[in-house]
Amino acid sequence: MNTFYSWLDRRFPFREIINEHLTGYYAPKNFNFLYYFGSMALLVLLIQILSGIFLLSHYHASAAQAFNSIQTIMYDVKWGWLIRYLHTTGVSFFFIAIYLHMLRGYLYGSFRSPRELLWIIGYTIYLTLMAEAYFGYVLPYGNMSYWGAEVITSIIGAIPYVGHWLTSLARGGFGIGDATLNRFMAFHVVLVPLILIGLVVLHVLALHQVGSNNPDGIEINDQRRPDGRPLDGIPFHPYYTVKDTFGATVFLLLFALVVIYAPTMHGLFIDTANYTPANPLHTPADVTPAWYLSPYYAMLRAIPNKAAGIGMLALAITIPYAVPWLDRNPVRSSRYRPVYLGMVIVLAGSFLGLGWIGMQPAAPALLPPARILLGLYLAFFVLLPVVSRFEPTRVVPQRVKA
Amino acid sequence: MCSIMRSAVAAMALSMFFLTGAANAAVALEHAHYKFDATTLARGAKLYAEHCLSCHSARYVRYNRLVPDLGMSKSTVEQSIMLPDGANFDRGMISVMRPADAKRWFGTPPPDLSLEVRYRGADWLYSYLHSFYWDPQRPSGWNNRLFPNVAMPDVLARLGGIQDRQGHTLVSGALTPAAFDRMTADITAWLRYTSDPSKIERMALGPYVIGFLILFAVLAYLLKRAYWRDVEH
Repeated sequence: MNTFYSWLDRRFPFREIINEHLTGYYAPKNFNFLYYFGSMALLVLLIQILSGIFLLSHYHASAAQAFNSIQTIMYDVKWGWLIRYLHTTGVSFFFIAIYLHMLRGYLYGSFRSPRELLWIIGYTIYLTLMAEAYFGYVLPYGNMSYWGAEVITSIIGAIPYVGHWLTSLARGGFGIGDATLNRFMAFHVVLVPLILIGLVVLHVLALHQVGSNNPDGIEINDQRRPDGRPLDGIPFHPYYTVKDTFGATVFLLLFALVVIYAPTMHGLFIDTANYTPANPLHTPADVTPAWYLSPYYAMLRAIPNKAAGIGMLALAITIPYAVPWLDRNPVRSSRYRPVYLGMVIVLAGSFLGLGWIGMQPAAPALLPPARILLGLYLAFFVLLPVVSRFEPTRVVPQRVKA
Repeated sequence: MCSIMRSAVAAMALSMFFLTGAANAAVALEHAHYKFDATTLARGAKLYAEHCLSCHSARYVRYNRLVPDLGMSKSTVEQSIMLPDGANFDRGMISVMRPADAKRWFGTPPPDLSLEVRYRGADWLYSYLHSFYWDPQRPSGWNNRLFPNVAMPDVLARLGGIQDRQGHTLVSGALTPAAFDRMTADITAWLRYTSDPSKIERMALGPYVIGFLILFAVLAYLLKRAYWRDVEH
């Protein structure tokens, strides 16, 4: 075996890579529950790629056959229901993992210097994932797929001057049809996953350059043993590989419960309106997006003017990029910043509230609460530069707390 | 200009569907009580073949899968489920009505019901079958509280009786109300099955998958604890 590794090492940095990213990568020993979700997101990405390959071998991207081919998978293909439910459940679990992963970043200040680029890459992964989910949602060509494609491509049309041109470019014509499905499949299966995988590699490389943050928000590399290893750090392998194996099993247990006992999650993971084929003459009762995109839909609807609404949406989606520079406090973690903790809770709460409103039918009664919640969401980013300068902080420990 | 008009049309369509949605929601749905087992589903399949299949296909369900899924024999399926005219044991349950005729008779072709329960819900379907009433103003003489001005006549009237708009019985049916409820619940159970036949396989598989993962989680936890023993907390 050693001869083999020596042979390999002269030709490929195998042991060097293992050492740099697993056995020699020191992570803080005080990771809590929220630190599972990075690895879990990676696990779901793998599930999506594998189940997606199987789905693609039976799917037909044409307006006449797309819906039927999905039903062939569900009714006739051996284990077809399993690969499809894995894929549809995977989308929701991907977003659950990503949202908790981002909440973790807000709570412990994981975006703060020197991790700004890590945050920017990660947030770009989130945006890319939204595009990936959207293109995938259109492919089964149910009625909600059709109207989702219609509504979103017409939103692009609001962009000044080039909007109309972009809308027909996205649709591949004047309406939604064969051309739309074919290009959406190309995006969903080739273009966006390539970008996604590339960004994930960059994200891990950037993480291993700066090291992991932890719930106390302090640098473990500041306190080192005589041999140079961090006092509060432990090698990622074997410590976190075994811990994540346990986490992954619990995660898969929840995943399997949904796939087996509630694959549509009562219309939340698979929309009931998508169980009827695309029909350009019949708008579904409520055109609402999937739960993971619904906060943004609520923001869009909160502003009656189309152009202003889209402008506000663009601002709300891009402003988290700036958060590493908006936070001016020397302390990172919300554990030692009670005011900041409150702000993060309001941010998460307003996002959840907007998500609920975005899934409801459009109703005038929901307009005031949607605007208040949008205001609270934006207030986090507007107030942060000021509040972080003056807020009271607790004493930060030198070493991580067990 | 064009985009403003398109938005206006979309808004009108949306508000119209919102209003009809609200009108539908005003009718409280009855809960369909049924046991999701092979006996119920086989009863439902027979009822569906007798009363529904001549107009409503369930095209995604092949006749041959009723043998393993519902425990019926091939000859039972051939004799009591399959329609005499050109049904193929290895193909989907297609109604014999030609689309052109359907359009002429009803104005709109009867929809395929494979996915109906997933689309509208089991309780909706069950309540729909109970919501027909006599309405002389409709061309067919029938209307439905849950689906106003539906094209479909009440094909079960002989069994369930005839009601007026308020739900008073005008003519009682051949079945007692309890027997009619059970019959419609059986049909609902059957259409729950057709909307996702994998449910049978999933329920059978579930305990093994969950059991294995729980066992694995315990082992993984013990392994984690063994490794972490030398980390100071």
